[in-house]
Amino acid sequence: MGKETSKANDKKLRNIKFRNRLGNLIPKIMIAPTFTVSLVCVYGFILWTIWISFTSSKILPKYDFVGFEQYNILFTQEPRWWVASLNLFIFSGLFIAICIALGLTLAIFIDQRLRGEGVFRTIYLYPMALSFIVTGTAWRWIMNPSLGLERLVQQLGFSDFTFRLLVESNVAIYAVVIAAVWQSTGFMFALFIAGLRGIDNSIIKAAQIDGASLKKIYLRIIIPSLRPVFLSAVIILLHLSIKCFDLVMALTSGGPGYSTDMPATFMYAFAFNRGRLAFGAASAVIMFITVMAIIIPYLYTELKGTRNAR
Amino acid sequence: MASLTITDIRKKFGSQEVLKGISLSINASEFVVLVGPSGCGKSTLLNLIAGLETINSGEIKIGDDVVNDVQPKDRNIAMVFQSYALYPNMNVEKNLSFGLETRKVPRDEIKKTVDHVANMLQISELLKRKPAELSGGQRQRVAMGRALARDPAIFLFDEPLSNLDAKLRVDMRTEIKMLHQRIKTTIVYVTHDQIEAMTLADRIAIMKDGVIQQFDTPQQVYDNPSNLFVAGFIGSPSMNFIPCTVIKQNEDTGVIFKTGEETSFFIPIKRTDLSLTEWIDKDVIIGVRPEQIASGFHLQEGNKQIHEIMCTVQVLEPTGPDTLVFVNINDTKVTCRVNPLDAKQPGENMKLMVDISKVLVFDPDTKMRIGNVA
Ligand SMILES: Nc1ncnc2c1ncn2[C@@H]1O[C@H](COP(=O)(O)OP(=O)(O)O)[C@@H](O)[C@H]1O
Ligand SMILES: [Mg+2]
Repeated sequence: MGKETSKANDKKLRNIKFRNRLGNLIPKIMIAPTFTVSLVCVYGFILWTIWISFTSSKILPKYDFVGFEQYNILFTQEPRWWVASLNLFIFSGLFIAICIALGLTLAIFIDQRLRGEGVFRTIYLYPMALSFIVTGTAWRWIMNPSLGLERLVQQLGFSDFTFRLLVESNVAIYAVVIAAVWQSTGFMFALFIAGLRGIDNSIIKAAQIDGASLKKIYLRIIIPSLRPVFLSAVIILLHLSIKCFDLVMALTSGGPGYSTDMPATFMYAFAFNRGRLAFGAASAVIMFITVMAIIIPYLYTELKGTRNAR
Repeated sequence: MASLTITDIRKKFGSQEVLKGISLSINASEFVVLVGPSGCGKSTLLNLIAGLETINSGEIKIGDDVVNDVQPKDRNIAMVFQSYALYPNMNVEKNLSFGLETRKVPRDEIKKTVDHVANMLQISELLKRKPAELSGGQRQRVAMGRALARDPAIFLFDEPLSNLDAKLRVDMRTEIKMLHQRIKTTIVYVTHDQIEAMTLADRIAIMKDGVIQQFDTPQQVYDNPSNLFVAGFIGSPSMNFIPCTVIKQNEDTGVIFKTGEETSFFIPIKRTDLSLTEWIDKDVIIGVRPEQIASGFHLQEGNKQIHEIMCTVQVLEPTGPDTLVFVNINDTKVTCRVNPLDAKQPGENMKLMVDISKVLVFDPDTKMRIGNVA
C-alpha cells in the first residue's frame, strides 16, 4: 500500500512539475511571435535598408556593393535633396517654436483659473484627435484659392484679397507649418498646463513674499522650472517634423513642383515612384542617423535624470 | 521685531466661513504657536497675516501700522512653508538671495548676508546645490535661511517640521527655539502637533473650526484648559474624561468612581477655586490626566487630595519610563501612568492612587470648564 501511494505521489509530483514548466513557458510562447515580428520587421529591415543603400538597386533589390556612391549622388548631385533638407530645417524650426510659444501662452493664461477651462481644453485638444491626413486635407481646402479662404473673402466683397500661400512655391512650406501648428498646439498646451499644475502653489506664494512681480515669477521661477517639459516638447515635435510625411502628402503632395518636399516624401518619391531603391534607402539612412543623433542624447539625459532623482 | 495685533478677522471661501472672528495680540519678540487639528484654518490665518489672501473683515496691525491693504512684499514678514517651497531651478545661494535681489539690495551686501545666514544654519557647503540634490532636513534649513536672510519683523512658519522624520523633527525643534532666543524676532508658528506647540511656545493659541479656543502660556493651557476641546487636545496621552454625577456625602461634594460590578469609590472634589454645590445631582465630566492616576505619589501619606481606588487592569502599554495601564471607571476607558514595577497583568486587580488637586470639571452640555477659569 505504501508503494502505491508513493507511486501516486510520484505521478502527482511529475504532474505539478510539468504544469510549473508549462506555466513558466506560456509567457515566453505568448511573447515570441511579436518579438520575432518586431525583430525582423523593425530591426531587420533597418539593417536591410542600410545594406541596400550601399548597392546600385533600382526597382528591384540588387545585392552588389558600390560603396558610398548613392550618398555621394545624394549630397553632390541632387538639388531636390537640399530643398527637402532646407524645408525640414525651416519647417521644424518654425513648427517647434510656434507650437511651444502658443502652447505655453495658452497654458499660462488658462492656469490663471479662467472660467470654462474645460471647454478651452477640449477645443484646443480636439485637433490632436485628427490624423495628419485629415488635417492636411482640411487645410488644403481652406487654403485653396478657388475653394477656401480667398474665395470666401472675395465673395464677402473684398475682391482684391489674395491668399496664395499654398500655390506659391517659395512660401508653400509655411502653409505646411500652419497646418501642423494647428494640429499640435493643443498637445503642447496640455503638456504645459500639466507642468504648471505640477508646480507647488507655495513656491509662488514664497516668491510673492520675496517681492517678485507676477511677470518676474513666471520668467525667473515658473518657466525655468518647466525645463523638463520643454525638453520633452522639443523632442516630440522634432521627431514629428522629421517623420512628417502624411501631412505634406495630403496638403501639397510636395508641390508646387518639389518646393515642399521633405526628406520623408523625398525618400518615398525616389524609392517607390522613380524606382531608385538604393538612392531612396541612402536618404532614409541619413534620416535615421539624424533621428538617432537627437534621440540618443535625449534618452541619455533623461535616464541620467531619473537616476539622480529621489 | 514687531508686535502683531489681529482684531476680529473673518475669512470666507465661497459660502464656507473658515475664520470666524479671530483676535490675537502678539507682543514683539514673542514666540506664538498656533495649534489645532487639520482644516481648522491655521494656514488661512497665516496667509492672511502674510497678505497672500485678503480678509473679509477685521484688522491686522504689524507694529503700529494697519496692513490690511499692504502687499505681502511690503509687510516686512518672511514665511517658511511646509513643503519648503524652494525655487527648484535655482541653487541654494540663489534661493537665499532672490528676495534681496528683488529688493535691490547692493551685491556685496547680499553676499555678506547669504554667507552669514549660511554659516548660522550650517549650509555653507550646500550653496551651489539645487534643491533636488538636498535631503529633507537640508531643504528645511535652506527654507529657514531664505526667511532669515530677509531679516523680517515677523517670521511666519507653516508646519515647517511636519515633513521631517521623527528624530530630525525633535532636533530641528530645538534649533528653532535656540534660533529664536538668539535673534528675538516675533514668530507665529503653525502646527497640528501639540508637543511641538508645548515645547516651543511662549504662548499657545489653540484653534478649532476657525475660532480661537484659548490663548495662554503652555503651562496654563495644560493646567487650566478653558474647555473640553483644549483639555483633550493638549497633553499626550490625552486627558481622561469620566462622566459622573455630583453627590453630597457627609458634608463633602464629590463624585463616584465605579470600577467594577461591586466596587465603587467616593472621590470628594475640593478645589479652592471650584464650588460644586450648584451641581449636586447633576451630570458633569471629570477631567483627570493620566499622570494623576498612579501607583503612588511622593509624600502621599496623609495627603487629603490623594484617594485610593481598586481597578481591574484591561491592557498594558509600556513606554519605558512609565507603563500606561488602561482600566474602566464609570464604563469609560481610563489611562493611568504607573511605575513599570507596580504594573499588574491584564485581568488582575490593582490599587491606584488618584490625585485630585488638579482635577477639572466640565459641563457636559456647553463643554466649558466649571469654576474659575483663568
Ligand atoms: N483657497 C481656498 N479655497 C477654498 N477653500 C479653502 C482655501 N484654502 C483653504 N480652504 C478651506 O479652509 C479650511 C481651512 O484650511 P486651512 O487653513 O488650510 O487649514 P489648516 O491649515 O488648519 O489645516 C479648509 O476646510 C479648506 O478646505
Ligand atoms: Mg495648513
